[in-house]
Amino acid sequence: MADTDIVRAFLAENAEGDLLAWSHQVEAMRRFGLSCAEAEKIIFRAGLLPKRYQRNRRMISTAQQERLFGSRVAVVGCGGLGGYVLEELARMGVGHLVAIDPDSFEEHNLNRQLLSSPSTLGVGKALAVARRVGEVNPAVEVRPVQASFVSDRADALLAGAAVVVDALDSVEARLELTAGCAKLGIPLVSGTIAGWFGYVTTVFPGEKTLERLYSRWSGGRGIEAELGNPAFTPAAVASLQVAETVKVLLDLGTPLRNRVLCVNLLDMDVESVPMDAFPTSRS
Amino acid sequence: MHITVRLFLSLRSGRFHTKAVEYPTSITVAQVAGDLAIPDDTIGLVLVNDRQAEFEHQLVDGDTVALFPIVGGG
Repeated sequence: MADTDIVRAFLAENAEGDLLAWSHQVEAMRRFGLSCAEAEKIIFRAGLLPKRYQRNRRMISTAQQERLFGSRVAVVGCGGLGGYVLEELARMGVGHLVAIDPDSFEEHNLNRQLLSSPSTLGVGKALAVARRVGEVNPAVEVRPVQASFVSDRADALLAGAAVVVDALDSVEARLELTAGCAKLGIPLVSGTIAGWFGYVTTVFPGEKTLERLYSRWSGGRGIEAELGNPAFTPAAVASLQVAETVKVLLDLGTPLRNRVLCVNLLDMDVESVPMDAFPTSRS
Repeated sequence: MHITVRLFLSLRSGRFHTKAVEYPTSITVAQVAGDLAIPDDTIGLVLVNDRQAEFEHQLVDGDTVALFPIVGGG
């Protein structure tokens, strides 16, 4: 790797104010033999902002953008919700993503799953994420894991994650994931969808929000079995999850802790329901 | 006995959002759900006056019951 001072001098020469254009980042990579992520790290260290993040900067400072770049987020499920979540996290500039899903794209995914297309039928969903993020934001490192989330591998799958995103498609797996995150002390941003409807919540270690939300569940699928999933509900709920994830990573605003956002796109009614201050039978 | 019933998400379909219902005698959450033809196994969470309650919880005059469906898709 090249001497950082020389790279910095090159960057300073080519910066426009404190912004550095992609073409100069590519030139720095070529000239100094750096990976995209290595170049981006030096850019941030020099107090510069890659120009691709210019429209973030009124809400996210350069220091905060650097923090996102240094953060790891694990997304469990790369289907309807997960595809949008991973796309948005990559565009936001979260530097390390773990994409976990055992499945490959099938034709019935095409109505809603962002990374599915006729050309990706049969391609592993986690692998498709790595390819897509490589195109969208090559500074972001993706670890694709083509496997199911199972509790006894929680350590290995979620290690180092500052936030875990629940984009799973079963209640059972979701309850396992929330228990795993609690054990590892990692905040969980959970989303789930069916038809026109969805829930979003953010669970910090020790909070029992999902156990409460599913307190009467005794097995099987939810109303999604009957209602299916259209194109817009995963996009809407995934975007809410990414907003929560960024807030938790940067310690901003008021996350959905101890409350569940009930999203009803049929009536266009969104209500935050408090979920604390009462006992739970499943704790 | 007045009970206010609040339904969330899909449970509203063909029913209502919020409704004040009059019952002649004391009634449980399960009976309210049965009255509205909501299948037991679609309800994931019951709140009575904003607190988690059992399905067999006996309601009293003035209670507000909120029912939430099980949503598990992703």
